[in-house]
Amino acid sequence: MKITTTVNGEQRDSEVEPRLLLVHYLRDVLGLTGTNVGCDTSSCGACTVLLDGESVKSCTVLAAQADGSSITTIEGLAGPDRMHPVQEAFQEHHGLQCGYCTPGMVMAAVSLIEEVPDLDEAKVREGLEGNLCRCTGYHNIVKAVLAAAKTPARSAS
Amino acid sequence: MIPAAFEYQRPSSLDEAVRLLADSGDDAKLLAGGHSLLPLMKLRLAAPSMLIDIGRLRDLSYISDAGDTVTIGALTRHHEVETSALLKAQVPLLAHATSQVGDPQVRHRGTIGGSIAHGDPASDLPAVCLALRATFTVVGPNGSRQIPADDFFRGFLETALSADEILTEISVPKVPDAGWSFQKFNRRAQDWAIVGVAAVHNGSTGVGLVNMASVPVRAAAVEDAIAAGSSAAEAATHASDGLDPPADLNASQEYRRHLAEVLVRRALQEAGAP
Repeated sequence: MKITTTVNGEQRDSEVEPRLLLVHYLRDVLGLTGTNVGCDTSSCGACTVLLDGESVKSCTVLAAQADGSSITTIEGLAGPDRMHPVQEAFQEHHGLQCGYCTPGMVMAAVSLIEEVPDLDEAKVREGLEGNLCRCTGYHNIVKAVLAAAKTPARSAS
Repeated sequence: MIPAAFEYQRPSSLDEAVRLLADSGDDAKLLAGGHSLLPLMKLRLAAPSMLIDIGRLRDLSYISDAGDTVTIGALTRHHEVETSALLKAQVPLLAHATSQVGDPQVRHRGTIGGSIAHGDPASDLPAVCLALRATFTVVGPNGSRQIPADDFFRGFLETALSADEILTEISVPKVPDAGWSFQKFNRRAQDWAIVGVAAVHNGSTGVGLVNMASVPVRAAAVEDAIAAGSSAAEAATHASDGLDPPADLNASQEYRRHLAEVLVRRALQEAGAP
């Protein structure tokens, strides 16, 4: 079937099998390998992307369901000159160890900051419950998200 | 993990969806948010030959004030239910329990109707609907009918929906002043409840249980005991009366029975039942 998506601001027309998962569409069809596959069972959140602005686990969405939608992956977050404030905060606060969960963590954090205006530590921890870090490096991830939440919103484009 | 191949249809109206479903035979499945169905398909525990994607029928996504009840379109996403000011004020048990489903990403996609039509005994929302005495509206080729939550859950992942019917609306009584509680016990943040309890106390008492049988169930013996004047602690000893809870990696039957008693007691006390 034919689908049309807008991925990181660019329109993409593709012929896909109905059973193709969104994460495989992004990685294998469009070559955007920044989105990782972790558990593949909608538990770990490594594959989190924004679908029409909201965080979703792309291993549990069909590419067909994203037809006509706008998708943002980790590749689409940074502006031309500098990284997104959440990316900068992860760097500043060392919010990563091995880095595997990081793209998903960052995308989930962007969605969380957008949705919850008054984040505190408990709300960040609850808001990231769908993202697992096998290094158990949560402490600095939470610090980074709290710092980014205090940064004035800045367009990524 | 990749699902088995299927044909994909995306009807643009409820009428078209009903027609497609009627024409497609028993092997077609409705796709809403996909967060119950797609994981099963990836594990090849389900392999429908056709998916009818109703996820975009926005006419079925609403939360409306209907006098004594709040009506919720079946395709309303969990995120919309948990953040609804109307539900927080009028049916706080439902808004809160929905905020405990899965995780934020799951709640951005999953729908209330999908969760109920799937009928998983380990899901949170069927038990909440049982406690609240919700009513479901379903539509098929011969029109619509209403099914009380009590008559809806029939067997493991089996409901009163016929193969050609679509769940369209959930109607819940307003209970703005009722005491309520939702107790969900699990060992990891986003997991299913090992046992869960939804309780509402508003003169009469409703108690629904998560993961205590092959279907979502009401704790009828607990409700009867409260009605007969028992204390919360006494009534809670009846939490698993007549039930055959599952045993799995997380918990034995005995453990679940114990947990149900403890959680029912806490739920009744928090809901203000005597």
